[in-house]
Amino acid sequence: MTARDIQLDQNGRLRHFLTTEGLSQQHLYEILDYAESFVGVADRAVKKVPLLRGKTVVNLFFEPSTRTRTTFELAAKRLSADVLNLDVSTSSATKGESLQDTLRTLEAMHCDMFVVRHANSGAAHFIARQVAPHVRVINGGDGRHAHPTQALLDLFTIRRHKPDIASLRVAIVGDVAHSRVARSEIHALNTLGAREVRVVGPRTLIPSEIEAMGVRVFHDVSQGLADVDVIIMLRLQRERMRSALLPSEHEYFHCYGLTQKRLRVARPDAIVMHPGPINRGVEIDSEVADGERSVILQQVSHGIAVRMAIMALIMGSVVPASAAED
Amino acid sequence: MRIRIRNGRIIDPAAGVDRQADLFIAEKIIAAVGRSPPGFQADREIDASGKWVLPGLVDLCARLREPGAEHKATIASECAAAVAGGVTSLCFPPDTDPVIDTPAVVELIHRRARAARQTRVYALGALTHALAGERLAEMHALKRAGCLAVTNAGHPVTNSEVLRRAMEYAASCELPVFLHAEDYDLRNGGVVHEGAISTRLGLPPIPAAAETVAVSRALMLAECTGARVHFCRLSAARSVALIAEARKAGLPVSADVGICNLRLTVDDVIGYESNCHLNPPLRTLADQRALRQALADGTIDAVCSDHQPHDLDAKSAPFSMTEPGASTIELLLPLLFGLVHDGTLPLMRAVAAITQAPADILGIEAGTLAMGAPADVVVVDAQEAYTVRAQEMRSAGKNTPFAGWEVAGKISHTLVGGRVVFGT
Repeated sequence: MTARDIQLDQNGRLRHFLTTEGLSQQHLYEILDYAESFVGVADRAVKKVPLLRGKTVVNLFFEPSTRTRTTFELAAKRLSADVLNLDVSTSSATKGESLQDTLRTLEAMHCDMFVVRHANSGAAHFIARQVAPHVRVINGGDGRHAHPTQALLDLFTIRRHKPDIASLRVAIVGDVAHSRVARSEIHALNTLGAREVRVVGPRTLIPSEIEAMGVRVFHDVSQGLADVDVIIMLRLQRERMRSALLPSEHEYFHCYGLTQKRLRVARPDAIVMHPGPINRGVEIDSEVADGERSVILQQVSHGIAVRMAIMALIMGSVVPASAAED
Repeated sequence: MRIRIRNGRIIDPAAGVDRQADLFIAEKIIAAVGRSPPGFQADREIDASGKWVLPGLVDLCARLREPGAEHKATIASECAAAVAGGVTSLCFPPDTDPVIDTPAVVELIHRRARAARQTRVYALGALTHALAGERLAEMHALKRAGCLAVTNAGHPVTNSEVLRRAMEYAASCELPVFLHAEDYDLRNGGVVHEGAISTRLGLPPIPAAAETVAVSRALMLAECTGARVHFCRLSAARSVALIAEARKAGLPVSADVGICNLRLTVDDVIGYESNCHLNPPLRTLADQRALRQALADGTIDAVCSDHQPHDLDAKSAPFSMTEPGASTIELLLPLLFGLVHDGTLPLMRAVAAITQAPADILGIEAGTLAMGAPADVVVVDAQEAYTVRAQEMRSAGKNTPFAGWEVAGKISHTLVGGRVVFGT
């Protein structure tokens, strides 16, 4: 609904990757299937495929990030692209340059793709509307709106453990109100027909009328986790305690923190996920984060393959899977 | 200059008139309606056959951006836009730079508006010094300089004691208080109505309570201070109910609604449409229905343009970083008449809401075509449809949410004080 027109070309193929909302099952499965072919790349002696050779990818980060930026950088480099990292939060933006001027300057350097992270919802959408027709935009997280590559790598991880997504109950726990990851996951899981998507948290962290996105809301964690197959814990930002949303980390952990004991109400084979970076003892107990049900580190390594797939797809560099494997 | 406007349909709710007749103008005033005054020789005739002849529009809120933001618009540019929209009197909120909290700024604005020789401009005075919400503005001096009302515009008065005293003081100056009802803390930096759309788009939300809590507080204070309060630009259904209740109890309050809230809803924000970034925000269809109903039944007295021209850069950024407001003054009449054409509003009520009602709220002699009234007149071809194009707007602000809309109601002539200021 939000960006459907702009992220697809006339033939309905991905041109930009801005949100999971409005994408079809076919779009999502195409990315997931293509990503499978890149998983092996990291294990080779030469960790590169030549799909984006001669292309320039700019990581345009208006918000500080280490993890996401690094995986995008690695993904682009493994596709043989030239990569430019721009941490705009510490450069031109502070000199008063407008977002539009920053974009025009970079375009004049003939870049082919922007990976954008920005604190404002809709920023990637805005940028996609501004750039020249040949330039591609990937949303690396915009405000509270969307983080679609994270959602796809989470789906990829889920599918590796539980191939039949339509049979799954998934609980997303924590600060849903401020989470772009949660929103992108909800759209993607519903598109793939997940049996049930739940959001779990105190009323202060569940946004208004989220039921309209196709989720069930739980304020009690034991009820919310009962019989689920997948648990996605969200990071709790410390500043939520400074506003009037939560009294303390201690009380939050007591009410919503994921412990071994709480995990017992979920399905015995439930997996535990977290987009990172994790706050041990705030939203998740170390015993769970490092436990056998946790797939948190797999998420990170899958992130590179999934981002490679998305970059290659939107640059139109789709080649038969065999070519990527040779 | 003696003007005869021939053969139009004269619609004047203030006088209860709706009939085919000629209008005679002499010495800047309405000389007669219907029968020619003895010995009247027209210097000029305007043929209004098939057209409607209305009192000039009175707009309770239009920002002209001067002084302080001349890169967006000027008094001259926006007064020209106003008359193109049939607006012959308008109120100018004090959130300029410098703020309208001294007689000097009032005089500056009134002088420049007179020099523009277009629409009549009424600067509204500040309620608190520098609009800071801390101490009282010199309301008596502002009144003497020509301010008809005082307001803190969109700036918060978070301290209820300050608001109470400001209302008491305004009441003793016999100045109405225009209130933009918004609880600053509940708004909490929000940019769009709180609900399914804000959640989906991930935009910081503004709950309806940000308005209803402020309306409730102001109503309670109006009760104990005796101030005459006018609520500007209501957006929420619940606010309307509160106002209706207060009026029933006899409280002397009035209210208006911005034209955008009557024609758009929060759904129009989808796609991060920055031209639909407004304050107060666009709300739900249910809110829009309640606002329309309240306008029809008179709970809401008036409709204003809430004209806010912006430069291109102000709207060209990610949604939350754009400045709120739309350039609307040229479309106030056709957009409101759209609600008449589709049967939502009776014609007389619609015309009253942009003429007689706002004139009464301001206490100015305007908004009527009665004999002896100032000859502020609009001639409009109510049936003529056209497509809104931003580039064709006279306002320096091209930020319209209505680009591409088909509207009906083309203004052919606007007269201010018996002088044709728009149309040939």
